[in-house]
Amino acid sequence: MKETKIVVKDLNLYYGEKQALKNITLDIPAKRVTAFIGPSGCGKSTFIRVLNRMNDLIDHVKIDGEVFIDGVNIYDRSLDIVNLRKNVGMVFQKSNLFPKSVFENIVYGPKINGIRDKKTLDEIVERTLNQAAIWDEVKDRLNDNALSLSGGQQQRLCIARALAVEPEIILMDEPASALDPISTAKIEELIHDLKKEYTIVIVTHNMQQAARVSDQTAFFYLGELIEFDRTTTIFTKPSKKQTEDYITGRFG
Amino acid sequence: MELKRRKKDYMGNISLGLIRATFIFLVVILFLLLGKIFVEGIGVISPEFLLDSPKNNMTEGGIGPAIFGTIAVTFLMILFAVPLGVCSAIYLNEYATDSFFTRIIRTSINNLAGVPSIVFGLFGLGFFILFIGKGLDDVLQTGLLFGQPALLWASATLAVLVLPIVIVSTLEALNSVPKSHREASYGLGATKWQTIRSVVLPQARPGILTGTILAISRGAGETAPILFLGAAFFLPNLPIADFCIGDYCIPMINPTEQFMYLAYHIFIMATQSANPTKTMPLQYGATLVLIVLTFLLNITAIIFRYRFRKILGKL
Repeated sequence: MKETKIVVKDLNLYYGEKQALKNITLDIPAKRVTAFIGPSGCGKSTFIRVLNRMNDLIDHVKIDGEVFIDGVNIYDRSLDIVNLRKNVGMVFQKSNLFPKSVFENIVYGPKINGIRDKKTLDEIVERTLNQAAIWDEVKDRLNDNALSLSGGQQQRLCIARALAVEPEIILMDEPASALDPISTAKIEELIHDLKKEYTIVIVTHNMQQAARVSDQTAFFYLGELIEFDRTTTIFTKPSKKQTEDYITGRFG
Repeated sequence: MELKRRKKDYMGNISLGLIRATFIFLVVILFLLLGKIFVEGIGVISPEFLLDSPKNNMTEGGIGPAIFGTIAVTFLMILFAVPLGVCSAIYLNEYATDSFFTRIIRTSINNLAGVPSIVFGLFGLGFFILFIGKGLDDVLQTGLLFGQPALLWASATLAVLVLPIVIVSTLEALNSVPKSHREASYGLGATKWQTIRSVVLPQARPGILTGTILAISRGAGETAPILFLGAAFFLPNLPIADFCIGDYCIPMINPTEQFMYLAYHIFIMATQSANPTKTMPLQYGATLVLIVLTFLLNITAIIFRYRFRKILGKL
């Protein structure tokens, strides 16, 4: 296995009284795709949001346990959350582009980080749109409203926007769940290309997708991590009965 | 199978008829009111009427100073109310957690909107003029400058009156910015303030503008709050003073002067006239001007809101 990027130890998360994650312990390797699968409400989306502290935005969330990224505990009180989120980019289930131009969406991150130079910004836009494999489609529409693009294009633009702040980890929360099969295929191809440089964590409802794009898969059920192994192992000979039942479609 | 004939729904038809009649009644009343004012008022509208001062004990002349005073007061009012209201709304919507304290603030804002406007007038007199104004005079040794009814205090009082309108419409606007846009911004490493400034406020701007315009049209139509606060029966001069930096002078609104006000002017012409037959047409004219002014402001607000919804509707 490659070097480890993220280490999670004994993580518990509570929404008020209700415990949403129970004793999660797992290691996520660098420059690999790690998929989280499981039925709705199993905690996989909650867990991915632990990794960039997005849950901080929700009231009454209590977390205990430790999460290390490159050896640093991200729940340490002295940690700069803003800096953490620059290094851990996120792509959401539904495209959440700003009602601004394509160009303005991409440069939003770099701009709040203080990059003002027009030439540098131009370069970032071209680089990230190329990385997200959408440059050819939008290069003549950089000043159009981003919301006028198709759903699949919008989602790839969201990925490009996340890349613009040069994160090392990219979290994807069901990035293709609202897309048609062709757009989904494009996103999956993109994930495949991105893992050369980035550590990718993806939540997905679609088991075929997990099987296609990921190197390892974690199966969550009712807030617990049931099984975590290489994707081929999970899908061919899972060691737990619950995992087998889920991937063979007996529940979920 | 036996299919039945359709039964007549008598109660339904009667209710529908009644509802329609009420509706028509309302529309007719509105048109009678506006029509009467329009027909009686349009005759006196002329450039002179809009610009000149009243003459001969208000039986001749125009309403120029009253229009000027209305614009000056509402302008200052907006300068007070919008920054204060927008900041309060940002605090309540973005920073405040749902606690006992913030619930009290929210309840107070809603109650403020329900206070009769004459109470605001008395509050303005007691708080702004007698407390703050007199206090300023004592501290600054300016003699009797601030501690008397003036444009400044009328604007400040109207600002308090329209504050709930500004806060509530800004709150709505801030609330309608999708959570997903905030998350996108935080996800890119933005701080809370950067998110508010670059994502939330730009999208809330049309809503804030709508609130501002509604506040103007409310403030411009009020009479009771400014009764004791410097609205004058008749003033020969506009409340203007030269504001000088070195030798360079520009005329500015003088906030320590008294002023004439359209709504108050109409009230005065209706109640204090020495010759009602002669003042009547002028009064209709002034009313028409006031209605057209507020109507135009409301239309602008509606257009902004419509465009705002259209932008959001795309999401």
